[in-house]
Amino acid sequence: MTELLNESNIRLDGRKINELRKITIKAGVIPNANGSAYVEFGGNKVMAAVYGPREVQPKHLTDNSKAILKCRYHMTPYSVDTRKNPSFSRRENEISKITKEALMPAIILEEYPRTEIDVWIEILQSDGGSRCAGINAASVALADAGISMRDLVAACAAGKIESKIVLDLNDQEDKEGTSDMPIALMPNSNKLTLFQFDGKLTHEEFLESIDISIKGCKEVYEIQKEALRKKYFDSEDDKN
Amino acid sequence: MKITIISNSVKRDIIENLKENKREDNREFYQHRELEIETNVIEKANGSARVKLGDTEVVAGIKIEPLKPYPDSPNEGLLMVNAEILPIAGQEYEPGPPQPQTIELSRVSDRGIRESGMIDFSKLVIKEKEYVYSVFADVAIINDAGNLFDATSYSIVSALLTSNMPIIELDGNEIKILDEYKKLEIKTIPIATTFAKINDTIIIDPTKNEEGIMNSRLTLVTNTDGNFVAAQKGNPGSITINELKELTEISKEKGAVIRNIIKDKIEK
Repeated sequence: MTELLNESNIRLDGRKINELRKITIKAGVIPNANGSAYVEFGGNKVMAAVYGPREVQPKHLTDNSKAILKCRYHMTPYSVDTRKNPSFSRRENEISKITKEALMPAIILEEYPRTEIDVWIEILQSDGGSRCAGINAASVALADAGISMRDLVAACAAGKIESKIVLDLNDQEDKEGTSDMPIALMPNSNKLTLFQFDGKLTHEEFLESIDISIKGCKEVYEIQKEALRKKYFDSEDDKN
Repeated sequence: MKITIISNSVKRDIIENLKENKREDNREFYQHRELEIETNVIEKANGSARVKLGDTEVVAGIKIEPLKPYPDSPNEGLLMVNAEILPIAGQEYEPGPPQPQTIELSRVSDRGIRESGMIDFSKLVIKEKEYVYSVFADVAIINDAGNLFDATSYSIVSALLTSNMPIIELDGNEIKILDEYKKLEIKTIPIATTFAKINDTIIIDPTKNEEGIMNSRLTLVTNTDGNFVAAQKGNPGSITINELKELTEISKEKGAVIRNIIKDKIEK
């Protein structure tokens, strides 16, 4: 097995222990959608689109007190090393569910009774941490759609490689490392909306992993805000 | 899927009572319901357990069979965990393909067992690249009175602790399954503890009504040595960082209690 971390604690891709991969976020990339975002998170390439608030389909799902949220996390067959079977997997099913639950606390659904809001996340390329990249994209897309929100949702993972807790695992570190803790945070209220973990950590490491992934989320948050600022405050009309 | 509707009066009662530190069944906030375990309930399985957590009832069965390993792990046994919420389990359940909540239950239970190292997969090889033991843990939910995550965890663990695997002989490239058995070796006992957050109150082992009004759910899984091996937050609410850190302590403490209960009941 390759060494994931050298003696001076530098990772295979040249990053330090608590360093995120390169992240670029662009808001408003799909003209047909009410809101959208494109996120590159290391090698992850993720498109998210928001449609709605719109009429509920099927009608019997209508909630008179608030909007319903639909969410799908989907991977294209070419997004991974070995072609992914195009049918919807159990993994995608679970991630769709927890992504929805990670976004819901941030959305003020009560403002849109009798409607549905759709969040479609498409993983064009996956490189470890695609669920976090998907949540980051979806959160910006929701804001871009002008939907009332309490906060953005920023997501990031921490994991353990070579007995060290490190921030934001890439694909190789994810596969060869020994733990993975994706979390999502509403940074203004310090509330976690997604928390998952698998691997093996001592109590101290577990707490350290929480702290380091929260730090990552806060950095992601700044990049999300910058993306929205760029679309809405740096536009050509603004300059004129 | 039909949705369980909890009447506003029940909802109000639960919330008002929680403010006075009372739960609907008079338990402490961090107290599980009574745990009943009966093992070897299915003779045709290699190991089995019926677990009752209060009125929640599940039956786990283990089947251990020789299979071809995955090409990317030719010298490791296989584990498959699957939970099924039967239509008998409650009025909101219907026959048909698994709903997202059932898939989540299966996958979180799978992670708890797999990541803990409870089973040493390298010991389950019969012939490299050709045959390995595969361990199937199937859980049938018989009655859902809340907290399927913990009930499922305890049932799988109990069933695995009492599992025997068939001895298999190699005859050239052919395998022969003997009618003799050896105990499945167990390295550690992972225990899930599930919390529900209702407004700002956190309780362990929620009932069906408490689940119906909870904002968020958190499952933490710890090993015999106190390490954390899996976790999952569910439901459309949030938890604060401080709450999470506090719950890691409680999970370790309560997990150890449950682990001893299970060990005691199985050794009996």
